[in-house]
Amino acid sequence: MNSESLSLFSPHLAARFDALAARYTVKRSALVPMLLYAQDEIGYISDAVVVEVAQRVGVTELEVRNVATYYSMLRFRPVGRYHVQVCTNISCMLRGANEIYERFQQELGVASGVVTADGLFSLEEVECIGACSWAPAIQVNYDFHDELTPWLVAGILAGYREKAWAPGDGSSSPGWEAGVPGDGASSPGPQADAEGKGRNA
Amino acid sequence: MPRLVSHPDEVKIVTRRFGQGAAEIDRYLELGGYQSAKKCLEQGAEWIIAEMKASGLRGRGGAGFPTGMKWSFVPKQLDKPKFVVVNGDESEPGTCKDHLIFLHDPHSVIEGAIIAGLAIGAKQGFIYLRGEYRYLLEIMEKAVADAYARGFLGKNIFGLGDESTGTEFQIITQTGAGAYEVGEESALMESVEGKRGVPRIKPPFPALVGLYGGPTVINNAETIATVPHVIAMGAAAYAAVGSERNGGTRLFSLSGHIERPGVYELPMGYNLKKMIYEVGGGVKGGRGLKAVIPGGCSTPVLLPEEIDIGMDFDQVAKAGSMLGSAGVVVIDDQTCIVEFALRTISFYQHESCGWCIPCREGTDWLKKSLTRFHAGFGEAKDIDNMQYIAENMMGRTFCPLGDAAAGPILGFVKKFRKEFEEHLNGRPCPFARHGESAVG
Repeated sequence: MNSESLSLFSPHLAARFDALAARYTVKRSALVPMLLYAQDEIGYISDAVVVEVAQRVGVTELEVRNVATYYSMLRFRPVGRYHVQVCTNISCMLRGANEIYERFQQELGVASGVVTADGLFSLEEVECIGACSWAPAIQVNYDFHDELTPWLVAGILAGYREKAWAPGDGSSSPGWEAGVPGDGASSPGPQADAEGKGRNA
Repeated sequence: MPRLVSHPDEVKIVTRRFGQGAAEIDRYLELGGYQSAKKCLEQGAEWIIAEMKASGLRGRGGAGFPTGMKWSFVPKQLDKPKFVVVNGDESEPGTCKDHLIFLHDPHSVIEGAIIAGLAIGAKQGFIYLRGEYRYLLEIMEKAVADAYARGFLGKNIFGLGDESTGTEFQIITQTGAGAYEVGEESALMESVEGKRGVPRIKPPFPALVGLYGGPTVINNAETIATVPHVIAMGAAAYAAVGSERNGGTRLFSLSGHIERPGVYELPMGYNLKKMIYEVGGGVKGGRGLKAVIPGGCSTPVLLPEEIDIGMDFDQVAKAGSMLGSAGVVVIDDQTCIVEFALRTISFYQHESCGWCIPCREGTDWLKKSLTRFHAGFGEAKDIDNMQYIAENMMGRTFCPLGDAAAGPILGFVKKFRKEFEEHLNGRPCPFARHGESAVG
């Protein structure tokens, strides 16, 4: 047993899986949702997740990997606590998504697929997220932020930094592997409240 | 929250309850909800299918197949379990209409699925949402739970019978996990079965052999959400709203270089030029129009002189493109079409599942060619070569993704050949504004 498997499948996630599996006549139908829900809790599809899901669904580990590698949201490496996904597909591109993406790179100091040193953020360029009429749009974890401009970027990040410091948060956030950053000395920017919250959260 | 828009030319049928709190079941009932399903329960399957045929409703996913006819293909005398699947995988770039349906009117999707179930004799429905739509899935899950609590779903729906004579209909909501390809109906069924979303060969069609091998009707979320409204207003009244052989309205997602982007519900056959210049307020910043994508990323481009057409399946097809998912993307005169083509093919290269070689290799080859071309290392023969590759992808794959990737590239190369040639002379890219931000 490694430390990872100790945290696997909280009672909440185990109950969710049982409820999922019970509603299908064919248990395997729970596989794709289960992988995503497991990733939400654990942060990524680790080897231990593959083993656990395979056992629970009743298929081989190879089958689980075969399916998991097909879906672009499923990932095999940890991401930041707040995973910033910038859409650069056509509708967003026409309204300045590339500039938004560049600004996120500058603000975070990381390229696509890289986690910040404090473990708080990671960045990914993604395909269409279904917010084309409100472009340019991004998702941070599952929260949408739309009608963006480059100067809103810093405020969005500050809002999530503030959220990370708030008591009671962080118990079940995706990919939160690192410890709580720093000693609490840094403070979020004043604009955090205005733009930082996930609008659809 | 996504911004809601409005225009006097809109005919609000499907969007009638948007912005009115109809995600709450009590509000939905106040606004006439679940009356159509009740009526259908009383009238029976044959009446429902006749109404759907008379309404002229055609599939809103993109293919435009008549919904009533699709439902009538499910054999009545067959002992296998039948299924209704709602396709909410909405992932055609340029399209965000289902997003608003799930957000503002989730019960209309449930009610439409019940009616589809009654029409084909299915007891089980699935509502599949793309994985990115988690907050919408949660709204949908709450709506389904509320519908169960009120007896609109379950063993004896609407309480019209008893344990033995009642009609059963169950709904499972299901999340995807990121895959454009799963929007194709057979790939979506594979995903529901817990597999890679690789398309199945047809025939057999889903109406005979679909989910778990049972006869299956699979419809786009907008189609399903439209069904209760067709029943409520009557097939003839619904058909009268649209154009010939194209009943009703369509949710047009306007995006790109347009003054007032948004999702507008307009009658089928509404003029595209008017849609851009009057409903959408014209090209952003008063700039000139270079091109329009009429129905989502996969539909061939239209030139400014080609947009004086009615937006229905037949008229857009006649103009050499497709109505598709009705995602209208407006492109201004300062945009580099080569870069736009590159971004388009980059998407398809990313999404190709790799099952069919012409699609897997073709998208990759086109992406490489366009990347090189846009970076200023193109050669004259590349232009013909790209056309040749795209032509050889068309019609040679299991599912429409190969065509979806090749079609737009053919359009760009044929209609903007001059702009491709200018890239050879004005290396690397003659358009300064977007010249720096090519995708790789």
